[in-house]
Amino acid sequence: MAVLNVNGKAVEHNAEPDTPLLWVLREQLGLTGTKYGCGISQCGACTVHVDGAATRACGVPVSAVADKKIVTVEALAANGTLNKIQAAWVALDVPQCGYCQSGMVMAATALLAANPKPTDADIDAAMTNICRCGTYQQVREAIHAAAKA
Amino acid sequence: MTIQTSLGRRNFLVSAAAVTGGFSLGFHVPFLDDGVANAQAVKELNAWVVVHPDDKVVIRVARSEMGQGTLTGLCQLVAEELDCDWNKVTWEYPTPGENLARNRVWKNFSTGGSRGIRESNQYVREGGAMAREMLIAAAAAQWKVPASECSVSAGVITHKDQKLTYGAVAAAAAQLEPPKEVKLKDPKDWKIAGKPLKRLDTVDKVTGKQIYGMDYTMPGMLIAAVRACPVIGGKLKSFDAAKVEKMPGVKKVVAIDGNAVVVVADTYWHAQAALAALPTEWDVGKLGEVQQDGINAMLKEGLDANEAFVGNKAGDAKGAIAGAAKKIEAVYNFPYQHHVTMEPMNATARYTADKCEVWCGTQNGEAALAAASEASGLPIAKCDVYKLLLGGGFGRRGRSDYVRQAVLVAKEMPGTPIKLIWSREEDMTHCQYHPITMAKLTGGLDAQGNLVGLQIRISGQSILASLLPQNLVNGMDPATFQGFMPTGAEATYGYDVPNLLIDHAMRNPHITAGFWRGVNVNQNAIYMECFMDELAEAAGQDPLAFRMKYLKPKWAAVLKAACDKAGYGKPLPAGHFHGIAQVMGYGSYVAGVAEVSVSPQGVLKIHKITAATNPGHVVNPAQIERQVSGSFVYGLSAALYGEITVKDGAVEQTNFDSYNVMRIDEMPQVETVLVPTHDFWGGVGEPTIAVAAPAVLNGIYKATGKRVRNLPLMNQDLKKGA
Ligand code: FES
Ligand code: FES
Repeated sequence: MAVLNVNGKAVEHNAEPDTPLLWVLREQLGLTGTKYGCGISQCGACTVHVDGAATRACGVPVSAVADKKIVTVEALAANGTLNKIQAAWVALDVPQCGYCQSGMVMAATALLAANPKPTDADIDAAMTNICRCGTYQQVREAIHAAAKA
Repeated sequence: MTIQTSLGRRNFLVSAAAVTGGFSLGFHVPFLDDGVANAQAVKELNAWVVVHPDDKVVIRVARSEMGQGTLTGLCQLVAEELDCDWNKVTWEYPTPGENLARNRVWKNFSTGGSRGIRESNQYVREGGAMAREMLIAAAAAQWKVPASECSVSAGVITHKDQKLTYGAVAAAAAQLEPPKEVKLKDPKDWKIAGKPLKRLDTVDKVTGKQIYGMDYTMPGMLIAAVRACPVIGGKLKSFDAAKVEKMPGVKKVVAIDGNAVVVVADTYWHAQAALAALPTEWDVGKLGEVQQDGINAMLKEGLDANEAFVGNKAGDAKGAIAGAAKKIEAVYNFPYQHHVTMEPMNATARYTADKCEVWCGTQNGEAALAAASEASGLPIAKCDVYKLLLGGGFGRRGRSDYVRQAVLVAKEMPGTPIKLIWSREEDMTHCQYHPITMAKLTGGLDAQGNLVGLQIRISGQSILASLLPQNLVNGMDPATFQGFMPTGAEATYGYDVPNLLIDHAMRNPHITAGFWRGVNVNQNAIYMECFMDELAEAAGQDPLAFRMKYLKPKWAAVLKAACDKAGYGKPLPAGHFHGIAQVMGYGSYVAGVAEVSVSPQGVLKIHKITAATNPGHVVNPAQIERQVSGSFVYGLSAALYGEITVKDGAVEQTNFDSYNVMRIDEMPQVETVLVPTHDFWGGVGEPTIAVAAPAVLNGIYKATGKRVRNLPLMNQDLKKGA
C-alpha cells in the first residue's frame, strides 16, 4: 500500500509505482471527475492540481507525486459552494457534452489563482485544453466573468 | 444532479412498469438527494410526462444528449404545452427496450442529422398538451365545474378563487382517458420554448459528478482493453495469450469477431499494459498494400469517368458551357477526417443466459439494442440498453461497433460486468471516417459575366455504401448530394442556374466511411462556395453581388443578414479581408462571413466569424448561439488540421499529437445572427459547420491571391511568394 494526499486526505492505493496518477484517481480512488482523453498530455481532460499547479495526470507516474498535495475537480466546491470559476461556468452555461470541462475548470481555477485578472493572451497561453464541442468562446467569457466576480 | 444507477431499484421499476405500464423510472433525480423517495411508483400522465405529488415534473427524452442541448430544448417544448413550472422540471431517458415493449411509444431514438427537435417537436408538444388537458380535467372534476372554465399557469390550475397544483391532481389525472385531440400553441405565445433558458444538465459537468460511459462502474466489474486489426477489414491470425496472462491484474485474454484481441483485467491500466505486451499477428492480405496515393488516384480517375449518378440536373449544362464566352474549371480535394469525440468509445455489458444489458453513451439507442441482441444471441426482448450522457457524438456514436465488442467479451464471462474501453489510439484508427471526395467544377460565363452553365462532378466515397448499403437507391447514394439536392426540406441547392449537372462517380476505398457532424454538406459547401468566388472573379463581379443574382429568396436573405451584420463591403482594419459562404443543410439556411488576415510570413489569423441562421422556429436562442460558435471550432479544426491518411492499409494518425485540433488561441470571435422566419423547423447542431471553411478560404484568397483547393490548411504555404 502506498499513500497519496488527495483532496486534503491521506488515501491508500495499491497501484504499481509507474501507474499514471490519472488511473489511480479514477480506478483506485473512484474520482472519475478527472477524465481520460488522450493519455499523452495533449488534451487536458485529466487536469488536476499538484501543489496548486495545473498538471496533466495522465503524464505523471503516481510515485512522482507521493509527497505532493493533489486536488481534483471533486474538491473545488468547498462545502458544496461552487468556486468562482465553477459559478461562472454555470452562469454562462459553458459546458456542452461536458467531458472536457473538469479539465477546463481545473486549468481555469489554477490560472485565476496565479493571475487574478488574466488578459486574452494569458488565457490563450494557459488554457491549452481541447474541447471538441467547441466551448472556447464561452470558456473565455466565463474566465473574464470569474475574474470580475 | 445524479444519474440513478442502482440496479436493484432499476430492475424493480422496470418490471413494475412492465406489469402496470409506464411508471416514472427513477433514473434521473436532480431534486431528491434521497433517491429512495423517488422509487415510489408514480403513474405517468403519458409517455412523455410524469408529475409527482410534490409538483416535480419528469419529462422523458428519447433523443440522446451529447452536448448539443437537445434534452433542454425538448423539455422546453413539452413544458411549454404542459404549462408547468420550469423550475420543477427534470428529465429521464426511457430505455430502448421499454420503447420496444411499449410499441415504440417514444418513436425514434436516433440522434443525428440535427433531427432531435425538428423531427420530434410535434409529438412531444402533443404529449405535453395532452397531459395539461388531463390535469385540468382532474381539477375540474374535483371542483365539479366545467374544464373550460379553468385556467392554468406555471403548474397551478385556477377556477375563480380556487387553486390546485399539478401535483395535487396528478394521480387522479393519470386515471383519465387522454383527449383525442389537442390544439398546440401558436409559437408567438410561447413562454418557455423560444426563450434563452439555461441547460438542465450543467452543474454536474463542472463538479466532476457527471457520469459518462467511461466512468460507469458496477460491483464486480472488470475492464477490457481491445485492439482490432490495424488495417480495417483485416483479420486476426494469431496471438500468444500465455505471454501476458501472468501480468498484474489480468483475468482473461480473448479474441473476438476474428479481428480483435481483448485483455480483461481488474483495471484499465493493467488491461492496457498487457494488451501492449501481447504478441499478435494479423492477416491483412492485399489491403496491406493500400497507400494514400493509390486512394487519391482512384478518386482522380473518377473526376472524368463516363459513368456517374446524377443528383441534380437542369437544362443542358455541357452544351451551355461549350457555347459559353468563358469557361472556368477547378478541382478541389477533401480528405478523410476523424470525429475525435473527447470521450473515446466504451461500453459496459453484462451477459447472462437470459439477459443482456448494456450501459453506454450512444446516439442510437435502438441500434445499440439491436447490436446487443445480435452479439449476445438473445432475443431483443431479453436485452436492454441504459443510455448515459455522451462525451461527444458527432455521428461517431451512431454506430454500435463498440457495443457489439463489449457484449462479445461479456459473453465470454457470463455474469461479470465488463467495461470495454478503447484507447485514444484504438479510437483514432478504427473510426468510420468522414468520406474522402474530390470535385471538378466547370462553369460557363456569357459575355456579360452571367453564369450560363455549371457542372459539378463529385468523385469519392459513399457513406451509405460503407454503413447502410441497403439504403442505396439503385446503387446511388443520395446523401452524397447534401446541399446540392434539387428539392426537399433538407439540403436543397440554393442557386438558380439555368443549365446544371451535378453527378457522383462513386469510388469506395476500404476505409470505412461514416456520418461526421455536418456530413456531406461540409465539403459540398466548400466546393460550391469557393468556386462561386472563382466564378465571380472571372465575371469581374463582387462575390456577394454575383451570388445574389442566382440565389433563391430564403438563401439570399440569410446571406444578406450575415453580410449586413458583418459590415461586408465597408472598410476593415488594414490587412483584414472578408470571405463569405452560404448553404442550406439540415432544414436550416445559414451563411457566414469570415474576417481574416494573413501575415507576409503566411500566418493566418481568423479574427471574426459572423454567422446567420434561419432555423424556422427558435426553441432556445442561447443554445443555438452555443451550437453555432461550437460548430466553427468543429469546422475550422477540420479546415486547419483535419486529415486522416492511409499507409500500408492502416490509418497513420493515432492521437492528438498526429491529429491536431483547434485550441482556444485560434478561436475567432463568433457572432451569431438569428433570422428566423417561423414557418418551418430546421436543425442547428450542424449546418453552420459547412460555411466555416469556404468563408475562410475565400477570405484567404482576398488576402493572398492564393486559391486553396486542398485541405487541410496546415499543408499549404500561405507565405507571400511561396
Ligand atoms: S488525458 Fe491527460 S492530457 Fe489528455
Ligand atoms: S464540452 Fe464537449 S468536449 Fe468540451
